[in-house]
Amino acid sequence: MLRKIFIALAIIVGTAQPLLADNAKVDPKADFKAFREYFLNKFPNLKPNDFVNGPYSMDVGLRKQWLAIEEFPPYQFAIDRGKTLMNKKFKNGKSLADCFPNKGVGIRQNYPYFDKKQGKVVTLELAVNQCLEKNGEKPFKYTKAKMAAVFAYMSDTSRGKPMNIKVPNDPGALAAYKKGEEYFYTRRGQFNFACASCHVQLPGKHLRTEVLAPALGIMNAMPIYRSKWGGLGTVSRRLTSCNKQVRAAPLKPQDELYRDVEYYLSYMGNGLPISGPSSRP
Amino acid sequence: MRTRVLIRLAVILSVAGMTTAAFAASADDFKAAYAKAEAAAKQAVKMKTAWTTTGKELKAAKKAAAAGKYDKAVEMADHARGLAEASIAQSKEQAKIWPDAVIR
Repeated sequence: MLRKIFIALAIIVGTAQPLLADNAKVDPKADFKAFREYFLNKFPNLKPNDFVNGPYSMDVGLRKQWLAIEEFPPYQFAIDRGKTLMNKKFKNGKSLADCFPNKGVGIRQNYPYFDKKQGKVVTLELAVNQCLEKNGEKPFKYTKAKMAAVFAYMSDTSRGKPMNIKVPNDPGALAAYKKGEEYFYTRRGQFNFACASCHVQLPGKHLRTEVLAPALGIMNAMPIYRSKWGGLGTVSRRLTSCNKQVRAAPLKPQDELYRDVEYYLSYMGNGLPISGPSSRP
Repeated sequence: MRTRVLIRLAVILSVAGMTTAAFAASADDFKAAYAKAEAAAKQAVKMKTAWTTTGKELKAAKKAAAAGKYDKAVEMADHARGLAEASIAQSKEQAKIWPDAVIR
């Protein structure tokens, strides 16, 4: 009996130790400080809040075009559609709005968060589909217009509010944050690019005709209407298309790694205003 | 003199023909090459490190085999396997060195 207890203890200690050791090295606050300083030093003339405007914050010509576009924003119809979808009654009489605090108004800045019960990062997109499924409704496709519309509406009601992502001192949350960081800095695809290759090392530079956006504040601008797409896109769509651009086979939308990298990047955007929905070339 | 030249030429051509026939890929060669490539590709997908080009090359290899072009099909399958193995190697290397790129 005693032998069995010892064996069980050895297994528990053996498996738990690497997780504890890994998490001991995770320091989101220190990462945040270094990340922020890097971008502020790289672009000393840029106001911190302007980073959320991506390429428009660092290219004068593009900025002029963007300001003209914003007079009649291409995502306006999506905001209206999102409001309708948010308040549309399900078969059971409830609505999407009923699943969120304050009926989903002015809360986008708190997503994603780490859900201890589920043991995983919950993004806004995931929360929307969890609500639909819980109420017996068909979930939206993560990369398609309905999801983007709801996201757009919720972002619009949070515009200007500072991103407010929490990474609690919880082994699961820290592990998710770390995985997100790893995903962000890991090179992948036949072109051997990491997310960081473009958005940390080369923001403001041209990649063919595109001006690369800085990683700082990149999630604050979601969802984005891309002229290239001719429509509004979710975070899922953006990550999928980024992967394809470097010839990496994309993961399934809302894969654990995609949620984790969104968590990491959103945390890095803390304190900067929500600017989504926004438009991009 | 002319006859000799013609005989030599005939010998050379027949040997060359035999050699080509000996090295021409068969349907079985393709199946073997494809199985190896597919296994490597599946491993890459499992590791979440697959490249888009691997899948495309596998499809093209199958198409070439269906058209009876086994030499080409084997070449493509081998290429796909190379791509899959390179993506796996990339992932293993990155697992060690990604922290070097982190902003500190």
